Amino acid sequence: MVVIAEIPSTEYVLNCTSACAGCGDSLALRYVLKAAGPDTILVMPAGCTAAFQGVYPKTAYALPVVNIAFAAAAASASGLSTFLRAKGKKTKVVVYAGDGATLDIGLSAVSGAFERRTDFLYVCYDNEAYGNTGMQRSGATPIGAKTTTTPAGKPEIKKDIDTIIAAHEPPYQATACAAYPQDLFRKVQKALTFEGPTFVHILTPCPPGWRYSAEKTVELGKLAVKSGIWALYERENGKLVISAPTKAAMKKPVPLEEYLAPQGRFKGIDSATVALLKGRIAENFRRLAAEEAGS
Amino acid sequence: MRKISTGNKAVAEAVALARPDVVAAYPITPQSDIVETIAEFVAAGKLDTKYIPVESEHSSMAACIGAGIAGARTFTATSSHGLTYMHEMTNWAAGARLPVVMANVNRSLAPGWNIWVEHSDAIQERDTGWLQIWVSTVQEAYDTTLMAFRIAEHNDVLLPVMINLDGFTLSHIMQPLDTVEPGDFIPPIHLPDPVDPAHPAGYGTIAGPADQFRFRYKMEQAMQDAKAVIAETEQDFARRFGRTYSAAEEYRAGDADVVVVALGTLGKEAEVAVDILRDEGIKAGSVRPRWFRPFPDLDLAGKELVVIDRDYSFGFGGVLAHEIRSKYLTKVFSVIAGLGGQEVTYDDIAEFVRKRRIGEEFWFGVSDHV
Ligand code: SF4
Repeated sequence: MVVIAEIPSTEYVLNCTSACAGCGDSLALRYVLKAAGPDTILVMPAGCTAAFQGVYPKTAYALPVVNIAFAAAAASASGLSTFLRAKGKKTKVVVYAGDGATLDIGLSAVSGAFERRTDFLYVCYDNEAYGNTGMQRSGATPIGAKTTTTPAGKPEIKKDIDTIIAAHEPPYQATACAAYPQDLFRKVQKALTFEGPTFVHILTPCPPGWRYSAEKTVELGKLAVKSGIWALYERENGKLVISAPTKAAMKKPVPLEEYLAPQGRFKGIDSATVALLKGRIAENFRRLAAEEAGS
Repeated sequence: MRKISTGNKAVAEAVALARPDVVAAYPITPQSDIVETIAEFVAAGKLDTKYIPVESEHSSMAACIGAGIAGARTFTATSSHGLTYMHEMTNWAAGARLPVVMANVNRSLAPGWNIWVEHSDAIQERDTGWLQIWVSTVQEAYDTTLMAFRIAEHNDVLLPVMINLDGFTLSHIMQPLDTVEPGDFIPPIHLPDPVDPAHPAGYGTIAGPADQFRFRYKMEQAMQDAKAVIAETEQDFARRFGRTYSAAEEYRAGDADVVVVALGTLGKEAEVAVDILRDEGIKAGSVRPRWFRPFPDLDLAGKELVVIDRDYSFGFGGVLAHEIRSKYLTKVFSVIAGLGGQEVTYDDIAEFVRKRRIGEEFWFGVSDHV
C-alpha cells in the first residue's frame, strides 16, 4: 500500500478547472497525473475531462494534451506512441477517456490499439453516463439508473468492458475508484512499468449525474466498493489479485441499499432490479475469488 | 529509370522516396495495393517506416494525426467508403494543420455496391481544408506524390494533401514510368511546435468563437498561400527532373472557341477529342484542372465551356460545372458522365462538344441523345 506521503506534491491539474463541484473525475485525474509524472503526453477524446480543461489559449493541465475526436483517442495514441518509440523516446502516452468514449463510440479503436500491442496506458474514467452532454445513458450506465434518456431507469445491465479488455490479454489491467487515491495511484504507476497496452478502469462518482450532493463523492465511491457493486482488482500477466477493500467487502459487504439510497438516479428502483444487482454482485465476487484461487 | 507501372504502384514508390515516419492504413478496393506495396517495402527492410495496420479508416487518419502532432511525416491511402468513414478525421487533420499526405483512389459510393471510378468520394471532402489534386497518368501520379509532401509540409501551407487517381482506369492500368532520384527535393519535415512534455500545451482545446473564427481564416490564408508554394514546387521539379506541371493543364486552349473542362483521366481523354474536333475544323481545346483546392485561376474568358462532371450534387448539379459557373460568371454545357465507372471515350467527349447546348445539363447515356 502506498502511503499518502509517497504521493508527489506536484500538481498537474491546476486550480482552475471548470469541473462541477465534487467531481470524482477531476479527483481521479489528479492522481493519475501524479502517478504518470512529467514525461507524459495525454490523449483526450471529447468528454468531461476535455471540457473542463479550460478554453484556448489557456489550459488547466500542466502536461501536454492532445485533444481528439470522440472515437479516435486509442488510434491517435497508437500513432503517437509508435512514432515516439521509433524515435527512441520513452515518454508515456496516456489516454484519458470517459465511459462513452471507451465502451461505446471508441470501442473499435480501443480494441484495435490493444490488439496491435500499442505501448500506452488507457485510462477509462467511468461516471456511468454521458456527463459532458447532460447525463444521457451510456453502455456503462447500470441497470435501473435514471438518465436523461432513460427517465424510467435503464433497462439493460452495465457493459463489462473489463472482460472485453481481458480478452485482449494485456500485460496489466486494473480497476480503481476515485475514493481510493492511494490504490489508484499505485495501480497507475504500476501500469506504466509495463511495455504494451495497459488499462485502468476508474469509477468516478459524479454529483449531477448520480444526483447526490457534492460533498458525498468520496463517501459514495467507498460505498460502491464496500457494497461490492464496484470491485477493485488488478490482473498482471493474466494473474488476478483482488485489492484489499474488495477483499473486505467480500467478507462483509455493506447492504447495496446504502449505496443506492443517497442517489437520485436510483430513486424508485424496483425491488426486482435491486435483487438482480445483488445477485450479480454475489456472482462477480464468486468469479473473482475463483479466478484468484486459480480454479 | 524507365519501367512499366500501375498508378497504385507508382504512388507507393513515390511515397517510399519521401520516407514517411508513419504509414497507417486500412485496405479498400481499388486502393489496397498502394499500402500493400508500402508494407512490402517495410517488411523487406527497404523502407524505415512504421506501418500501423489499423482497424478502420477512421483510425488510420486518427493515427496519422496522433503521429503528426508529434512531428511525424505521415501517409495513408483510401477510397470511397473508406474516405467517407474517415471524414470526421479529415476535418480534424486539416483543422490541426497537419500535412498528412493521402492517396484517394476515386470510387463510387453504395448502394449498389460499385467499385468503379467516380469522383463523388473526394468531392464530398471539398470543404474540409484539404488540398486536392487530380492526376491523369501513372507518371503524373508518381511525380505529384513526390511534390505533395513538399507542398503539404511547407510552413506557409501546413495543410493535408489528397492525391486523387481514378479507380482502375488509372490505379490498375500499366503505363511507362520514369523514376527519379529525389536528392534533396523533399526537405526534412519541420513542424512548428510538435507536442513535447518539456513544453506542456493543449492541442485542439476548446476554442471560443473569436479564436475559432481566426483559425478558419488562417486556413483559408494557407490555401491561398499554397498557390505560390505549388507553383514554386512544380518549377523546381521541372528544373530537376525535366517534367513540367501546372495548376491546370491546357491543351490547344489558347485560340479555342470551345473548351472541355474535366478532372482526372477524362480531362486527359479530352485532349484526344480536341485533336479529332480540330481535324473537323472545330476550334476546340481542353483544360484539365489538376488542383481542385485551392481552385486554380483559369483563363476562360470569351470561350464556350463544356464541363464534364464525374460527380453530382443531388438537387443542384455537377459540382465542377457549378464552381466554374459561379467563379467565372459564365454559362456552361454541364455533362454528367462516367458515374459508377460508366465508360466515356474520347469519341463521346467529341460528341458532347459537337452537340453542346450551352446553359443546359445533360446526363450521358440517360437523358435524350446529344
Ligand atoms: S458531469 Fe460529473 S464527471 Fe462531468 S465534470 Fe461534472 S461531476 Fe465531473
